[in-house]
Amino acid sequence: MLEPPDEPKRKSSQSKKALAIEAGIIIGLAVILIFAMPAILSDFRLRLLGRFLSLAIVALGIDLIWGYTGLLSLGHGIFFALGGYALAMHLNLQLPEGQLPEFFTLYGVKKLPWFWEPFSSFPFTLFGLVFIPAIVAGLLGYLVFRNRIKGVYFSILTQAALLGFFNFFNGQQKLINGTNGLKTDTDEIFGLVASSPQAQLAFFQITVIVLVLAYLLCRWLTSGRFGRLLIAIRDDETRLRFSGYDPTGFKVLVFAVSGALAGIAGSLYTVQTGIITPKIMEVAFSIEMVIWVAVGGRGTLVGAILGTLLVAYARTLLSEKFPGFWLFFQGALFLIVVTALPDGIVGWFRDGAIVQIRSLLGIPQPVSTYPSLEQDPEIEREREEIGRS
Amino acid sequence: MANILEIENLTVSFDGFKALNGLNFSMEEGELRVIIGPNGAGKTTFLDIITGKVQPTEGTVRFKGKNLKSLPEHRIARFGVGRKFQTPRVYLNLTPRENLELSCNRTKTVFGSLFRKSSSGEKLTVKGLLETIGLVGKADIKAGLLSHGEKQWLEIGMLVAQSPDLLLVDEPVAGLTDEETMLTGDLLISLAQSHSIIVIEHDMEFVRQIARKVTVLHQGSILCEGSMEEVQNDPRVIEVYLGHTDEAA
Repeated sequence: MLEPPDEPKRKSSQSKKALAIEAGIIIGLAVILIFAMPAILSDFRLRLLGRFLSLAIVALGIDLIWGYTGLLSLGHGIFFALGGYALAMHLNLQLPEGQLPEFFTLYGVKKLPWFWEPFSSFPFTLFGLVFIPAIVAGLLGYLVFRNRIKGVYFSILTQAALLGFFNFFNGQQKLINGTNGLKTDTDEIFGLVASSPQAQLAFFQITVIVLVLAYLLCRWLTSGRFGRLLIAIRDDETRLRFSGYDPTGFKVLVFAVSGALAGIAGSLYTVQTGIITPKIMEVAFSIEMVIWVAVGGRGTLVGAILGTLLVAYARTLLSEKFPGFWLFFQGALFLIVVTALPDGIVGWFRDGAIVQIRSLLGIPQPVSTYPSLEQDPEIEREREEIGRS
Repeated sequence: MANILEIENLTVSFDGFKALNGLNFSMEEGELRVIIGPNGAGKTTFLDIITGKVQPTEGTVRFKGKNLKSLPEHRIARFGVGRKFQTPRVYLNLTPRENLELSCNRTKTVFGSLFRKSSSGEKLTVKGLLETIGLVGKADIKAGLLSHGEKQWLEIGMLVAQSPDLLLVDEPVAGLTDEETMLTGDLLISLAQSHSIIVIEHDMEFVRQIARKVTVLHQGSILCEGSMEEVQNDPRVIEVYLGHTDEAA
């Protein structure tokens, strides 16, 4: 007789080993980033890398809602900006008692607007830059998903919301300095000037740590039953309803988490850029976020991070060498990915890039018996069982 | 025995077109009922109504004595109605095992899915089902790689995993080989020992294999009801549906 309980045990020890390897890689990469990079890179380059890594956090959020749950959001700029503004407001308020941020005096504002008050507290700001975007995303998501709006209509709605926020932020000079945005470079945080190398190093290291935490959060959400449910929502939402699940709650939660990640990313990006303006909510930028994920490979978390870094670095290099050329390149990149690599770079490697390259080079596949025997799962199982007994 | 499903004076109209028209239907617990009818008779709409996908314009649907009016699909599903679609609908990017696990899960809330691990009882159920539907060897490959027949079976397995009281099965043998059709018939008959089942089907050979009581739908209402033999010999049925007597024989 065969012993079925054997199988899961062996599998779980295998997956434990895989998890240990993954943890090792993550810790290794994080240590290199945190300690080696500051030693190698100049202050300017380090700041750039920090900004790209914070963009990778928002890409993780996009991957969660688009890659796994199948909802293409073109409005993540909103959440990104909300997080960025939250932290920028806190920094702008680091002034002697009774003084207002400089721009207020230009518009003749004498009293701090009410919603600025709580941002003078650092704990509230931390709370706000996570939960304000999460709540806005959750509300927007609830209204949209409850009414079973999906597909391209969801994308259009998120983009419309983005335009709404963009115009609102642009128009409010007296509240948040309108088009000019909020500068953070000259502000102080914990007694350090925000643009000083020490503060920037700290921001960089925090970004790396937050990116690791964000990855772990997404990893937890997308593995296990919850992750499979997200894939089920993407594949066939109606089927899921008839299996007794209400997809609305799942989608709202994922959209809120995705919004929160965007908010955190926005705040880290802002302090490492030195300014936040409503320009961050331009349509093009939110679409660019989607391109990062598409290039890296949607539905793979590593792909989201990798895609972001690749595209962002390509952008910097190309803009330095050929200014004005970037937009053409970005368009071409998107076309190439959509037509030739629909699963992105990571997806391509996962689904047999090596096999493809071999066949392009004319090297035959290594198969020891007939392919139909090698690849039939029934036969493979029998073989395993024979091996076990 | 108590009636598990009771439908009274049901009318559904889409912009004036009456897909179902004053339909009355009842079914006892533990029954295996086959519904036949020509195209456009309202068979799929009938299932849509029971599962809450479409709301009735008039009339009531009672399941286990409870009025299903304006309950959303997932509530009706949790209440004990399982549905198999016409074309097999399984989650193609999940494995058959994962497909079954999702249906088998007893806590279908957001937080239940996040924090609760599947119990050993659920794992056993899934394992047993994989054997029943003959997919043990392919339990851990993506469901998208299964053949059409295997997908049909997987979807029936998902229904059973839900442990519903009433199974609604829409054309389970469409596109299956003769042998697969026979096996599907046997599977449904064995399921009927512990569930109430409504099967919608076109394939007369198959209907003959499984049917105990047949309901004929025509233009949104019930034309007649009875054993396969009675139905086959009813002149009205021959006229609207079976057409040629030689096919019905």
